[in-house]
Amino acid sequence: MATLNVNGQVRTVDVPDTHPLLWVLRERLELLGTKFGCGIGQCGSCTVLVDGQAMRSCQLTVAQVGSSEITTIEGISEHGSHPVQQAWIEEQVPQCGYCQSGQIVSAVALLERIPEPTDEDIDRVMSGNVCRCGVYDAIRRAIHRAAEMRFEATVSDAGQGGAP
Amino acid sequence: MTAGARGPVDPAAGGGVSRRTFVKIGVITGAGLTLGVAWRLTRGPGLPPTDAVFAPDAYLRIDPDGSITVVVDRSEMGQGVSTALPQLVAEELDVAWAQVDFVFAPAHGAYGSRGMQVTGGSTSVAESWEPLRRAGATARWMLREAAARQWGLPADQLETREGAVVAPDGQMLTYGELAQAAAGLDVPEDVPLKDPETFRLIGRSVPRLDVPAKVTGQAVFGIDAGPADARIAVVARCPVFGGTVRSYDPSAALAVDGVEEVVPISSGIAVVARGFVEAKAGRDALVVEWDEGADPLLDDAAISDRLRGVLGEGRTVRDDGDVEAALSVASADLEASYSLPYLAHATMEPMNCTAWVRDGRCTVWAPTQFQNAPSLVGGGARQVAADAAGVDDADVHTTFLGGGFGRRAERDFVREAAEIAGKVEGPIKVIWTREDDMQHDFYRPASVHELSARLGPDGAPEVWDHRMASQSILERFVPGWLPDVAADFAGRRDPTSTEGASNHPYHVPNARMTYAKVDLPVPVGFWRSVGHTHTGFVVESFVDELAHLAGADPYAYRRQLLEEHPRHRAVLDAVAEAAGWGDEPPEGRARGIAVVESFGSFVAEVAEVSASNGRPRVHRVWCAVDCGTVVNPRIVEAQMRSGIVYGLTAALYGEINIREGRAVQSNFHDYLMLRINEAPRIEVVLVPSGDPPGGVGEPGTPPIAPAVANALFALTGQRIRDLPLRLG
Repeated sequence: MATLNVNGQVRTVDVPDTHPLLWVLRERLELLGTKFGCGIGQCGSCTVLVDGQAMRSCQLTVAQVGSSEITTIEGISEHGSHPVQQAWIEEQVPQCGYCQSGQIVSAVALLERIPEPTDEDIDRVMSGNVCRCGVYDAIRRAIHRAAEMRFEATVSDAGQGGAP
Repeated sequence: MTAGARGPVDPAAGGGVSRRTFVKIGVITGAGLTLGVAWRLTRGPGLPPTDAVFAPDAYLRIDPDGSITVVVDRSEMGQGVSTALPQLVAEELDVAWAQVDFVFAPAHGAYGSRGMQVTGGSTSVAESWEPLRRAGATARWMLREAAARQWGLPADQLETREGAVVAPDGQMLTYGELAQAAAGLDVPEDVPLKDPETFRLIGRSVPRLDVPAKVTGQAVFGIDAGPADARIAVVARCPVFGGTVRSYDPSAALAVDGVEEVVPISSGIAVVARGFVEAKAGRDALVVEWDEGADPLLDDAAISDRLRGVLGEGRTVRDDGDVEAALSVASADLEASYSLPYLAHATMEPMNCTAWVRDGRCTVWAPTQFQNAPSLVGGGARQVAADAAGVDDADVHTTFLGGGFGRRAERDFVREAAEIAGKVEGPIKVIWTREDDMQHDFYRPASVHELSARLGPDGAPEVWDHRMASQSILERFVPGWLPDVAADFAGRRDPTSTEGASNHPYHVPNARMTYAKVDLPVPVGFWRSVGHTHTGFVVESFVDELAHLAGADPYAYRRQLLEEHPRHRAVLDAVAEAAGWGDEPPEGRARGIAVVESFGSFVAEVAEVSASNGRPRVHRVWCAVDCGTVVNPRIVEAQMRSGIVYGLTAALYGEINIREGRAVQSNFHDYLMLRINEAPRIEVVLVPSGDPPGGVGEPGTPPIAPAVANALFALTGQRIRDLPLRLG
């Protein structure tokens, strides 16, 4: 039995401690946006946020995750409204789309850490996510665009008096 | 969330189509109606009774709320068909893009072309170009006619725009309001199509319809599809190609917690469990003794010997002028030997399929490129599933494909799921591990090539002789087909092996090619751009060698030999201009060029490379493409980038080695993928041409390997003739 904190909800699942988080998400919690790609932490398709850090869910057991806050693609925003998702739409990033949940989650984590990343920052941080359709140019553009949108949102919030 | 974006929504629960060449299927329920058009009205056997709203031949459905649903009969694997095909309908129908949605077609004889429902050969837009525009135009004509009758006005005084019919006085009726009346009209024949000058959607980069679902994790791929309570199967297959099960002991597998059944099937032994982790643990525990077949010691060296041993034998697939006579006068100036390895497809989504046998029918949820082919040996997913499950017929729900690249034109994963489902209770999802996927692929064939040439006094080639050997994809895919195809081609060539070389465009008075087919147990298949993956490299490297021998600039040399090929020339000129071909590249870098026609499109590429510590690095790529009429420029550009990255990955890293009869590489740690930190900046130039649409999914791939090899030659003086590219 494991108790997990996924997308802001506490969920209890009947699996052994050694069960990989990826398959708990997919098969027990029906959160299908997180994908299986390689099973050895090489491709990034299964990336989720664990306490805000991008991690490979195929390489994490439920015991290792414990009560950490897990965010999957489904928890990034309610209806695709996160700046990274909006930028992904503006730049029309996805092709087959299979790696994109992992790419977006990695990009969200990147922008939390480096709000205005350079191309070199993007290349370094995003190199753990493989895209077989080769949309890398579009990912670079979209991350820069998302950074702008986050900045614009901050400025606009400040203009309206900012957060309480 | 749209129905199409959610994945497998099946518009066809049944048939019920009158036999006319161009027919309205439509019809009405409380919810709306369907205007359908069909060109081939063979009803599939065993389809359930008609539910008219979901008529199988419909490409187009209009709901009372005015929403437009296009039934897409090609598989979406990233190449953009679920946008481009609706764009063709929407253009002629005169609707706003925001009104348009799509669903994937069921496997049915009304769909596809040439008797097959298959996505391959970069043919989707080319083959849909006429029929889908006609579907939209016919529906528009009927909607306008319905409005004309309602208003008592002549139809030719009425305009259509943004999903409505508008009268001269400004009053309007939406298509939703007119749909029911339009469905009662006779279907006209030969409705005229728009003058391309008046296109409002074709030629525009309208947003892809699949993107919103793909940024929120809601897009349903094969691995996500089907009943949520499907049990999972992981299959043990003989690691040696051509091997079979001698015996197995299920007890250790059945002892694994969560494992429920162990089922022998034709490809191996399936372990069925409640989840993937349990099924895989059961498969790992399973004890199987394999019969490793006739060639358990096969390795790269033996394969290379076999291929080289038959060079020059086989069929002559090109014979212009008299190569023998020309070479008897004087010997060749240049002889070169090239080799290319097996390649895996490595789609991001590993192979999988879900199947359920109920009431004598099999239902499959499949990320497949090949739904239906009733008359082809083996058939499509529908025929394979029915056969494997031991039932009369099957329904196929096509999901989004997490990459295809030709791998998903195979039916092996469908067969496995249906076969297991035929033997157990309830729905079954077969999931391949990445290792399964990489070690049981249908690989791009390894090939060897020997070429010789002699130059004339002007430096242009007088003789070009090409001897090639490889396995044949075509013969493997459809056993017994090759003689027929050979007859079709007047004994000339096996296009999946020799396309691009047997018909290369360079002017040579004495040109010959021989192709020797070798039988080996390694499975071979269609890999993005098929024959062009090797012939593009060989021909474009060799012509570069000839340019060097002639002391000519490689761009100018090609141009001179392509006098009769204006579309080749146009893309060469465009890419040379974009790259600034004549300008000196930055310090420590060099450029190479290549041009390949494939799948009806012409693509030239320039690569800019450097090398450090013996490792090549590609910094920039320029690409010029003439794919005829462009339906969606941004998708064309994206496909060129995609094809370049795919081809570059193979050129730099791609290699499946064979040792002890099996594939050596197993996952992304030893079959490397190009990552974002290695990805070049790519600039794509569209070269306008009014020709009919060509393909775009594959043609970006062939020129990149030779462009990079040619750039490395310019940089280092080393001519690399074996892939993957390694500097000595």
